[in-house]
Amino acid sequence: MLKKLFGYGVLIIASIVSIFPFLWMVVSATNKSVDVTQGRILPGTHLVENFKNLLTTVDIVPALINSAKISISTTILSLLIASLAGYGFEIFKSKSKDVVFNILLLSMMIPFAALMVPLFRMFGTISQTVPFLGIDTLTAVVLPTLTTAFLIFFFRQSTKMFPKDILEAGRIDGLSELGVFFRIYVPTMKTTYAAAAIITFMASWNNYLWPLVVLQSPENQTIPLLISNLGSSYSPDFGVIMMAIVIATLPAALIFFIMQKHFVAGMMGSVK
Amino acid sequence: MLSAKSNANTSVSYSKRKPLNKTTIIGWSFITIASVLICLFYFYPMVQALIMSFQSGTGTNLTFTGLDNYARLLKDPTFITAVKNTVIYLIIQVPVMILLALFLSVILNDKRLKFKGFFRTAIFLPCVTSLVAYSVIFKYLFGVDGIINMMLMKLAFISEPIQWLTDPFWAKITIVIAITWRWTGYNMIFYLSSLQNIDHSIYEAAKIDGASSIQQFFKITIPMLKPIILFTSITSTIGTLQLFDEVMNITKGGPGNSTMTISQYIYNLSFKYTPDFGYAATVSYAIVIMIVIFSIIQFKVAGEKNA
Repeated sequence: MLKKLFGYGVLIIASIVSIFPFLWMVVSATNKSVDVTQGRILPGTHLVENFKNLLTTVDIVPALINSAKISISTTILSLLIASLAGYGFEIFKSKSKDVVFNILLLSMMIPFAALMVPLFRMFGTISQTVPFLGIDTLTAVVLPTLTTAFLIFFFRQSTKMFPKDILEAGRIDGLSELGVFFRIYVPTMKTTYAAAAIITFMASWNNYLWPLVVLQSPENQTIPLLISNLGSSYSPDFGVIMMAIVIATLPAALIFFIMQKHFVAGMMGSVK
Repeated sequence: MLSAKSNANTSVSYSKRKPLNKTTIIGWSFITIASVLICLFYFYPMVQALIMSFQSGTGTNLTFTGLDNYARLLKDPTFITAVKNTVIYLIIQVPVMILLALFLSVILNDKRLKFKGFFRTAIFLPCVTSLVAYSVIFKYLFGVDGIINMMLMKLAFISEPIQWLTDPFWAKITIVIAITWRWTGYNMIFYLSSLQNIDHSIYEAAKIDGASSIQQFFKITIPMLKPIILFTSITSTIGTLQLFDEVMNITKGGPGNSTMTISQYIYNLSFKYTPDFGYAATVSYAIVIMIVIFSIIQFKVAGEKNA
């Protein structure tokens, strides 16, 4: 009994600590700037005003559109590329393929800070010949983050449990290998795709360092860049900043809540 | 006769190679795009960085200077401070977070627990926030007039406000608290997933043998979860060695350089100070080497326990 109470106590405290910053963020979006700095915990009446001020003083709409463009294209392309690779590595066996797989996994050890400068120079060189792919373009944000060894690993692990007979049946029915992939594999792996989509979308939506390096003009800025600039400005309106943070957090949070069941199931598939 | 024989020969070697050929080509084509992109955006830049680490100069005008950058690195006080800070974050934060996540996941794994879904979601919630967004919130929460100080003072834990962001010691603690808040739930989900794969009868048997909860935790749970603990400690280590967003947005590396991380130093060297890409590349190899060393240590520790 005592053990049970202790368990609930720990969980309640952990939940409060986890949720509190969110609650305070939402509450602060309804308060005046002064109230936010004084740590007011009760909801105020400035919700509409903060929202209006946000729209008129900060370019949040273009930043939201940029972030959406980047995250949606990254998610779609990443899932396609990584699942093709995960399928390829698991379904077609050869020794040299495992060597390649292990080499690709090594890329997980490479810190982004080590890639940042060479990538910046690489896109600088591209800029001189193909401007729409180079520095200060949304494509330059997307390209280096498109393929991660983690996502390939994730799909390969989940493919391990895939009933191979179904694929064989599809082949006998005359489907090409791509046909088998798109008609049989993709629909069956919905849960894995959902989990991978959440991970990729959130990572892309929240990416900060590479966009900070590669995007230069204000009209190209993404949501994290905008929030960071607001947070370090000299005469900040804290209510407006909190409103901006709420709006920036909403898309990732909504996607997570809608797909939460798939997420946990998908994660479990990859851990097994 | 002769032609028939040679014919049979060729058909044998042909059929031997044929299935290999077909599946190989299709299999390789499935993994080509991913492999090319990883080579182009991970391995090729790594080689570039290695070459650049032997060069020096401002901006893109680099000239070969041999080992000069590496000599400078060992005498660079800012670099040494950044390494120290990063190692402090690492040895305090990673073990605390992993134990906390394990502890929470064991409590949550109890079959008779009520509101399980609520607790799980609540504790995982921090992972949904962007690093920048939560960093800005934490900056305000931990301000001198911020809500944390106010609550601590109301509860009479402290008599005067703690200088969370302006004192070198407390600034580091703030960063540690922030990362722990953000990532504990994430690690917990991994443990929870693999805890559910452990056969419950093992615990029942241990209970009959008179093992206490604490004994069960150390003798059953931790050994069973060892592979996943290794995985999470390596990913957390790599994550902490790359720490950037939080420090940049909570303390900007200050006061002084007391919270500066290696990643932030690389950023400053490349894009804030007079750009020196060559030296920045040298510093970035320091992170690579540290990741390799820490990963080997973690594999060794996990491996020795196995034997």
